Amino acid sequence: MNNPIEMIQPDAETQARFEKIAQGLKKRHAASRRLKTYGIMAIVTAISFLAILLTTIISNGYTAIQQTELQITLTIPAEKLQYDDGAIDPVKARNFNWNGLIKKAFLAEFPDVTAMLDQRALGEILSKNAGYDLRRLIEAKGSIPVGETKVWIKTSDDVDMLMKGRLDRNLDEAQRRLSNQQIGWIDSLVADDRIRLVFNDTFFTAADSREPESAGVLGATVGSVMALFVTVLLALPVAVMAAVYLEYFAPPGRVTDFIEVNINNLAAVPSIVFGLLGLAVFLGFFGMPRSAPLVGGMVLALMTLPTIIIATRASIRAVPTSIRDAALGLGASRMQAAIDHILPLAAPGILTGTIIGIAQALGETAPLIMIGMVAFIVDVPATLTDPATALPVQIYIWSDSAERAFYERSSLAIMVLLTFLITMNISAVLLRRKFEKKW
Amino acid sequence: MSDFLSPNLVVFAMTIAAAFLSFYLATGRVRKQAIASQTKSHSLNQYYGFYVSLWVLVPAILLALMWMFAADPMLTSAAKARMVDAYPNLPESFLNLKMAQLVNIASGYIKAPDAVMAAQAELLRAAQASADRARSLTLAAVMCNGFFYAFRRVSPELRARVLCEAFLRRLFFLSAVVAILTTIGIVASLLFEAVRFFREISLFDFFFGTHWSPMTALRPGDAAAADEFVAGSTGSFGMVPVMAGTLLVAVIAMAVAVPIGLFSAIYTSEFASWRVRNIVKPTLEVLAGVPTVVYGFFAALTAAPFFRDLGLFVGLDVSSQSALAAGGVMGIMIIPFISSLSDDVITAVPQSLRDGAYGLGSTRGETIIRVVLPAAFPGLVGAFLLAISRAIGETMIVVMAAGVAANMTINPLESVTTVTVQIVMLLTGDNEFDSVKTLSAFALGMTLFVITLLLNVAALTASRRLGQRYE
Repeated sequence: MNNPIEMIQPDAETQARFEKIAQGLKKRHAASRRLKTYGIMAIVTAISFLAILLTTIISNGYTAIQQTELQITLTIPAEKLQYDDGAIDPVKARNFNWNGLIKKAFLAEFPDVTAMLDQRALGEILSKNAGYDLRRLIEAKGSIPVGETKVWIKTSDDVDMLMKGRLDRNLDEAQRRLSNQQIGWIDSLVADDRIRLVFNDTFFTAADSREPESAGVLGATVGSVMALFVTVLLALPVAVMAAVYLEYFAPPGRVTDFIEVNINNLAAVPSIVFGLLGLAVFLGFFGMPRSAPLVGGMVLALMTLPTIIIATRASIRAVPTSIRDAALGLGASRMQAAIDHILPLAAPGILTGTIIGIAQALGETAPLIMIGMVAFIVDVPATLTDPATALPVQIYIWSDSAERAFYERSSLAIMVLLTFLITMNISAVLLRRKFEKKW
Repeated sequence: MSDFLSPNLVVFAMTIAAAFLSFYLATGRVRKQAIASQTKSHSLNQYYGFYVSLWVLVPAILLALMWMFAADPMLTSAAKARMVDAYPNLPESFLNLKMAQLVNIASGYIKAPDAVMAAQAELLRAAQASADRARSLTLAAVMCNGFFYAFRRVSPELRARVLCEAFLRRLFFLSAVVAILTTIGIVASLLFEAVRFFREISLFDFFFGTHWSPMTALRPGDAAAADEFVAGSTGSFGMVPVMAGTLLVAVIAMAVAVPIGLFSAIYTSEFASWRVRNIVKPTLEVLAGVPTVVYGFFAALTAAPFFRDLGLFVGLDVSSQSALAAGGVMGIMIIPFISSLSDDVITAVPQSLRDGAYGLGSTRGETIIRVVLPAAFPGLVGAFLLAISRAIGETMIVVMAAGVAANMTINPLESVTTVTVQIVMLLTGDNEFDSVKTLSAFALGMTLFVITLLLNVAALTASRRLGQRYE
């Protein structure tokens, strides 16, 4: 009973206030829990958006990994294609009407289809590039098979869509891209086991095409790789030198402040403005070629420069000052300390930052559209000044196309792009983990 | 291409070889001299090598760059003059096509269609060859000159390291100045074209005009006549509806991104354990790493049809290019932007403020709402401003999912257009730099650049104010 606090009996008023607080407490904790729930809901929503995005793309795109082919029995007239010694004459092979040969062989298998319009409808089952594909096949083989041969020919994209279940049979015939008659023929071919789905290697070995079944991402991928090569070549040395300057040599003052403000602002300038810069300066003023990976790379280099500078400065700062002090104390010049001692230790961080910057640049579309890398290009670019497109631009072009089959290929191209991005980011993380030093 | 590239490659290889040779000679010379005079040289031997090779390389590189910008246009204009003589009656636009053809013939890509072109191509090729020869000779002369100047100065007393380092420091400074040059390049190119645009269209008409249809304004004849009826003879370059569309899309994006981003940030910074935080934050960052063209694809081919079907289901007429689809998907893209910036800002609020609030008996929620968020407010405003700037400048999502026609509306179910969409539409396709149509894209670009710049500066000021408050 000698504890003074316990001796004080709260009066009625205080007692009432205590009770009121105790009652309110429940409500207040509930409010707190509610806030926490909102947070969890927000995160779940954001992550489910990500999940929806990815599943939509994968479910739309995975079928493009296969392509429908049709078996045709035909006889290739060797005498029209060979030199006297039996080797294939490339000029004759180029001028030969392969499409006609395939179509004739295919029509011969349906002797009861005689009307002109019906024959045309039947021909639409075949890919428009079937002749070209067959010629490439024969040329790759180097010899012409004698007598009747069975070859697998790509079908048109509409048949491809039907086989993959992406063309609704129950739709009204007028709204469907394949008529009932065509579907009947296809079903009979399926019943004969003469239609199959195989791995779509064209997608990974060809450039763009008007026909979805002949279109691939190789051209765009090579264009992207070339542009990024230029980007790294230009941005990395300039960024590292700029970062070293700003960290070790810049005298405090207005010029340095102005440079820093500029770098920070450039990091937030919309990418399309860099495209306008490239269009006006590189193409307009310097007269560089349109659609070239060289110019694309230069524009992307200007865009990634701030990212790499900021990353380089951070990793330079992460190197303990004792390293620099020791170097200077042993008589190294400031330049020697920076180049021989700081930069090698900062290199993993610089590399990581560069990879992340390049990954960003790989996904950029708008500036490349501005400098004309949005053209329809059927050849894989061979040099830095050839007209080319880039992977994200290819996705944009395809998603604008009317054919359902391009929609599917666009999704697969996105999966290819995301695979590149994920690989780059994971390698950045792994590099950081492998070389990161705790001082 | 091989015809075009090979002389360049040879010259390049020769230059590199010359640099290595001079490095070797210079180090040899200083070593010998030091031994002969029994002195220790001022710098390490390699610096003398660097010194001489710099004198060989740098003037040669500068010359080659200047040559590229001076000689090639001269060759082209001379060839063009010859073409004008050869085809006196050809209009300008055909001449440009012919020129492109000529260059291709001269490089050996295609065969000449007629004798005149073949002769012209031969002339061009000869001119290129003689220019290449002249360049090689000049380069060799410059390299020799630099080499002998520097090589004669090499002696143990020469402060080679200091000279090399001074050069490097200047090079480093120039690299840092590239950032300034880029900004200047952006402003100058936008301003230059925009000024040409404003010579045709008055500032007032551009910024306050309420009718935008650049495609029809260009065409002479019936379409333009119909358009003149609406917009007057100056054409229709009033950017108000374009700006309104941009803002509508940005507002929708923010309406999606701010609540989700902010609540995520509150959870990760205040409630989550370290383990959860380390999983959730990188997962959200993945959303930021997805390229915008992927969001555009999603918006145009999944979200827009979804909203359209939903509208049909409840009996609303939703455009297939509705602002809702574009803005909503853009909001998803911006979520990680807001969540990570806000997380940083909230974490930066000093722990003492929270402890004070807990000490006075606040619950966790009350501390966050009444103390932490008000303290973080300037930083949060900065984060939102940056996000708006991002939304206004975003291109691919709206190019793929928003409309082209400039409707003035605040109805998110209708189709609107944005500044970035118009820039892309105006500059893809045929590209003559002098038409009002293409120039207007640069005027829009200028407006976009200024707006985003102002937003960024405002954001920076706001977050700096937060920093000052608690440091």
